[in-house]
Amino acid sequence: MIADLDPSICNGCGVCVQICPANVFDMGAGTPVIARTDDCQTCFLCELYCETDAIYVDPDCEAPVAVDREQISPLRGKFRRESGWGEQAAEHPNLHWRMDEIFRRAREA
Amino acid sequence: MSRTVYSTDVLVIGGGLAGCWAAVAAVREGVRVILAEKGYVGTSGVTATAGPGHWWVPPNPPELRQKAIAERHARGMGLSDPQWMARIIDTTWKTLPTLSNHYHFYTENGVTHYRGLRGPEYMRAMRALAIEAGVTIMDQSPIHDLTLAADGSVAGAVGEHRQLQQAFEVKAGAVVMATGGCAFFSHLLGSGNNTGDGYRMAVAAGADLSGMEFTNYYTVAPVRSNMTRSMAYSFARYFDSVGRELDIKPGPEVNEALAKALMRGKVFCWLDRVPQDIQAIMPHVQPNFVAPFDRRGINPYRDRFEVTLRGEGTIRGIGGINVIDDACQTRVPGLFAAGDAATRELIAGAVSGGGAQNSAWALSSGQWAGRGAARRRQIRTSEVVSMRISGAPLLSVEEVVTAVRQEMEPPAKNMFRSDSQLRRSLQRMDAVWAAVRDRPVSSERWRDQALRATVATARWSLNAALTRTESRGMHRRTDFPALDPHQAHRLIVSGMDQVAVCPHFALATPLEAL
Repeated sequence: MIADLDPSICNGCGVCVQICPANVFDMGAGTPVIARTDDCQTCFLCELYCETDAIYVDPDCEAPVAVDREQISPLRGKFRRESGWGEQAAEHPNLHWRMDEIFRRAREA
Repeated sequence: MSRTVYSTDVLVIGGGLAGCWAAVAAVREGVRVILAEKGYVGTSGVTATAGPGHWWVPPNPPELRQKAIAERHARGMGLSDPQWMARIIDTTWKTLPTLSNHYHFYTENGVTHYRGLRGPEYMRAMRALAIEAGVTIMDQSPIHDLTLAADGSVAGAVGEHRQLQQAFEVKAGAVVMATGGCAFFSHLLGSGNNTGDGYRMAVAAGADLSGMEFTNYYTVAPVRSNMTRSMAYSFARYFDSVGRELDIKPGPEVNEALAKALMRGKVFCWLDRVPQDIQAIMPHVQPNFVAPFDRRGINPYRDRFEVTLRGEGTIRGIGGINVIDDACQTRVPGLFAAGDAATRELIAGAVSGGGAQNSAWALSSGQWAGRGAARRRQIRTSEVVSMRISGAPLLSVEEVVTAVRQEMEPPAKNMFRSDSQLRRSLQRMDAVWAAVRDRPVSSERWRDQALRATVATARWSLNAALTRTESRGMHRRTDFPALDPHQAHRLIVSGMDQVAVCPHFALATPLEAL
């Protein structure tokens, strides 16, 4: 579930408030705030849409988890980078089209 | 709260894959279209977190499609219809290349790979396509109820812009229900908004459902994670808690074997057989598959990790609103159904359509429903058919969610079904229904409607499962383990308080006629 929105990284664009399918965020004073943690469906999509990598989602989908900002720091933005989202597209191509070949090799294994 | 009133030719409810295609197809007919989505068009629905590889069969030589359909029809165990399969294969083949302006398809040696699209990028493309085509999108705008005209045809819907706390009514000539399936709160990836809203609204308006007993497909995921991206598990080996390898082979029987092992104790997975070159590209093929492992410091190719099964409900199950014509119209005139909101019995029969058939169905049924709806332009006088809600809550949100999960998720109850257990589950769901049907649960109307929809869907599913006294496809009865040739028919479910289940002896198009 959603675990962190670091206001010192956030640029206040508010896109997370707009795009969250579960309406987890509210616009606060200057930056969005996590308003409804329990509604989070752990889809990680807010991380894709957050240009500044201010958001961190913990993989536990059943209960909220407290995270240490220093500890998660190297993980910030990794999912967005690997997805090749936005400005990352040139360096991280979307290889999803190789799925067929991977399934075929599993069948042959 | 005063209501904002909008007027449109077509209202599409639900902005996932099917809803977007419905809205685009409708607006291309030259009519006004509103697409209302509970969350956000682009991130809501199960496609956005997935990566569907559509059912993709070239038209030539013609034997290719005939063979694909014959194979799939045989697996459907008598309940599918080859004609509908042929339609979705053809529509999918013609449609996906038209997304090229918004989705980057990879071309290799002169061949473009259209079949598989990654979810977040696919749904971002669908949003862009809908806006470009002229669809009016309403994000964060859950629909509460349909409205009907005096003659019983659909007249629109009422809902709220939940971030503005503004109630609205849409007066529409026709409505496409594209609200997705119902996951019974199982934490299946991306299914948070899939609470069966469309089933509840459609049945309340007089529609019926089909295939509701086939609602018990499961997908493996790491424990406490919703990550049901399962491609890598096609290489998986499984172990018990003392490290003995279990006899569970990847393939169609894996769910049943995993469920039995999980009923005995913890199960651990090892992906050591994933070839190294695939391990290396995995973050760029399925970035969300690797994210939970990264964040827990697990190397799934080296470390064994504990797994669970997540219930798919009617998502990879096949139940949904019954459609009565080629445009996917329901029994309610002017109300159309598409995607997982509609039954997939026509294309999948008694077994899961999986990602391939279901995405082909969403894309195709969406366009047929959108076009069908666009042809009914007459705006009617509406009467809201909402249930009157009053009194104090008898159950909390958590109590309702827990009750549904406890009855609908454990494979011991819902994969291996029996008359006695189904009756116990139904008794509990009936009691929950009585407590929530006309009383508030939370302080939010849209949330309560989603809870009611899921409880209602559980009751329809249990009633259908009780009626089918045989084992067929994913519907397994421990008390009726054999296939009964006399039950090779569909079951039609209807009714909110009093649920009725009737056999439907539809005549499928014979294979030879295609």
